[in-house]
Amino acid sequence: MKFTWFNLMPWPYLPADFRQKHRSVWVDIDSKLFDPEKSHELYNTYIDLLEYAGSLGFDGIGVNEHHQNAYGLMPSPNLIAAGLARRTRDVAIVVLGASIALYNPPLRVAEEFAMLDCISGGRLVAGFPVGTSMDTNFCYGQIPALLREKYREANELILRAWHEREPFAFNGRYTKLRHVNLWPRPIQQPHPPIHIPGGGSIETFDFCLDNTYSYSYLSFGGYVRGKQLMQSYWDRVAERNTPDTSPYRAGFAQTICVADTDEEAERLYAKHVSYFYNRCLHVFPGFADAPGYRTIKTIQKGVLSQYAPPKGGLFPELSWKEMVEGGYIIAGSPETVRQRMEEMINGLRVGNVFCLMHIGDMPKEKSMYSTRLFAEKVMPKLRNIFPEHAADNRFWCRPMANRVSAGALPPESDVRAAAGAEA
Amino acid sequence: MSAPQPAPRPKAPPMELKTIQTPHVPVRYYEGGQGQPLIFLHGAGGLDLDLGFLGALAEKFHVYAPLMPGYGDSEECAELRDILDFTLHTWDVVAELGLKDPILVGFSMGGMIASEMAAVASGDVSRLALIAPAGLWLDDCPIPDIFSLLPYQLPPYLFHDAVAGAKIMSAGGDMSDPKFLQGFLVQAARQLGAAGKIMFPIPDRGLSSRLYRIKAKTILIWGQSDKLIPPVYAQAFQQGIANAELVLIPEAGHVVAFEKPQDVIRAISRLA
Repeated sequence: MKFTWFNLMPWPYLPADFRQKHRSVWVDIDSKLFDPEKSHELYNTYIDLLEYAGSLGFDGIGVNEHHQNAYGLMPSPNLIAAGLARRTRDVAIVVLGASIALYNPPLRVAEEFAMLDCISGGRLVAGFPVGTSMDTNFCYGQIPALLREKYREANELILRAWHEREPFAFNGRYTKLRHVNLWPRPIQQPHPPIHIPGGGSIETFDFCLDNTYSYSYLSFGGYVRGKQLMQSYWDRVAERNTPDTSPYRAGFAQTICVADTDEEAERLYAKHVSYFYNRCLHVFPGFADAPGYRTIKTIQKGVLSQYAPPKGGLFPELSWKEMVEGGYIIAGSPETVRQRMEEMINGLRVGNVFCLMHIGDMPKEKSMYSTRLFAEKVMPKLRNIFPEHAADNRFWCRPMANRVSAGALPPESDVRAAAGAEA
Repeated sequence: MSAPQPAPRPKAPPMELKTIQTPHVPVRYYEGGQGQPLIFLHGAGGLDLDLGFLGALAEKFHVYAPLMPGYGDSEECAELRDILDFTLHTWDVVAELGLKDPILVGFSMGGMIASEMAAVASGDVSRLALIAPAGLWLDDCPIPDIFSLLPYQLPPYLFHDAVAGAKIMSAGGDMSDPKFLQGFLVQAARQLGAAGKIMFPIPDRGLSSRLYRIKAKTILIWGQSDKLIPPVYAQAFQQGIANAELVLIPEAGHVVAFEKPQDVIRAISRLA
C-alpha cells in the first residue's frame, strides 16, 4: 500500500454565512475574502504539516493544482513541491498534478517535473490531470470541447520529450516547437510514474490503461459514493483484458480523521469537516461542467449521476452522522478507522490512498494529532492488504540510492582551505 | 444565441428537413418556400425557437436553414475547431446546395459566422442580414457568459418578456427527472460544446479586424431590449461595415425573430 498525505490548502477564514451570501467558492470567489498577510502564516503552516507527515512514515506527501478556489491555495503545485523536495529526504513528492493542457508550451511541465525529480533525488510521482471544468474552462479559458484533444497532445509532447535523446520537431495542433531538447532530464528513467486524476470518463480509463498510468479518483464524496465509479474502472480493466489487475493501477482520495475514540473524533473534528463540506464545497452549479467539457459517451454512460449537482450546490448540508455513515469521511478511533479503511481499500481495490487529513479550518494541532494516530496506529495494520502485488513498482517513484541532504555546505571554517585560497 | 433547450414547436411550418453531404460531414437543413434563395444560420441555441419565424419567412423567400454539426439530430464534426473551419464549412454547405450569392442571414452565433463568410469571400455576398450577431467584444459592455448560465437564468437575457420566455423554456421538461437531465446534458454538450469552439470564453475571434472587407449591402437587425448582446454592439458593427443600416425593433429582446417575426421579415425584405 502507498499512503500519501495530501493537503488541498483550504482558506480557513470563510465567514459563517458564506453559503448564504456568496454564490461560489470557486471561479468568482469574492477576492476580498483573501488576506495576503494571513496567508503568510497559513502557507507556511500547511507546508510544515506536509513535512511533518513526511517524517511519520507516509509514503508520499501530495499537492495539487487549483485556480481561483478558496479550498485550494495552490495555483502552482510545483512551487510547493520544490520547497518540499528541499526540506524532506525520503518521502515521495506527489504532484497530482499539473494540468498539462494549461501550460504554454506544455513542455514546461516536462522541464519542471524533471527539475523536481533531480532536486529530490528521484522522489517525484507525477500527475497529469485534465483539470476540472472550473479550473480549465472557467478560470483558464480553455475551450471545453477542445480541451481533451489539447490534453492528449500535451501528454504526447511531454512523453516524447522525456523519452527521446535527440532534439526533435513537434508539429502539434496546439503546440509547435522546432527544437524540443529537454534539459534538465529526470533521474527516473525514462520518466517518473504518472497518475491521472479522473472524474469517471471512459476515455480517461482507456488512456490510463493504454499508457500504464495509475487512475485516481479524487472526489470528496468518499468511498461509498466512489464505489460505482471505481467499479466501472475495474470493469473496463477486465473488458480490455488488461494483463494484470494490480491495485496500484488505482488510487482514491479519502477524508480521514482519527482520535482516541469515535466520540472524541466527533468532538474534535466535526466543526472543521462541516466547514469543508458545507462552506468550501459551495460551488455555483453553472461552473461545474461547461458544455463540451465531458464527452457525450461519458454523459450517456450515466457515471455522472452520482454527483450530478443536487439543488443548492455540489453538496447539500450534511451532519457529522450523515457524513460518517455515508462514507464521505472515515472518522473515529484507530480501530474504527482501520476497519473502514480496509473496507474502502478492498471495496475499491486501490493501492494508492490519498489521505486528506487537514480538513477545512482545522488548526494545525488537530491535524498533527490525527495524522500521528493514523501513522502509528492505523497505517501499519493496512500495509499488507495486497501482498501478491508488493513488487509492483510501476506506479511509484524509484529514488536514487545516494541522495544528498539540503544544507550540506561545509562549515565556514573549512571554506578557505578547501577552496584552495592561500593560507 | 437562443434557448439551449427545446421549446415547443409552433404548428407545422412549411419546411422540410433534408440532408446534404459536405466534404466533412452530412448536414441537416430545413428548406421551404419560393423566391429568392436565402440562407439562415441559427444561433447557439439551435433552430427550435426559429421554426415559426422561418415558416413565415418562407412565404417570401426560398429559405435554407442548415444545422451546424452537432445541432438537432445532425452529426458532430470534430474537424471543425476554429472560426475559419466553421466559416469554410458553411461555404461548403452553400456550394452543395448549389446556391450563388444567396441572401445571407445569421442570428447571434450564426451572425458571427455570416459576417466571417462575407469578410473572407467578399465578392460572393452582396446581401447580408445580421440579427443581433455575436463576434465582437466591447470592454465597456461585456456580453454575459452564456456557458455558465443555468437554464433558469437565461430567459431575462433572451426575451423582452422574460416571464413568457421562462414559460416557453421550461415547457421543455423537468430537470429533476434523471432521464430528461441526461438528454439535456447530451444536447448541451453537443450544441453548446460546438458553439464553444468559436464563442468560449469570449465570442471574439478577431472579426473586428476583418469587418472592413464586407462589401455586401448589410442590414443589422436588433431587439431594442436585447440584454445578451445589447444594441450598443450594433453601433460597433456599423462602424466596421461600410454599407450597413440598422433596424432597431422595439419590445424585442435577443430572440427578436421569435418575438417580432414580421418586423424582422420586413427588415430582411429591404435586401430583396
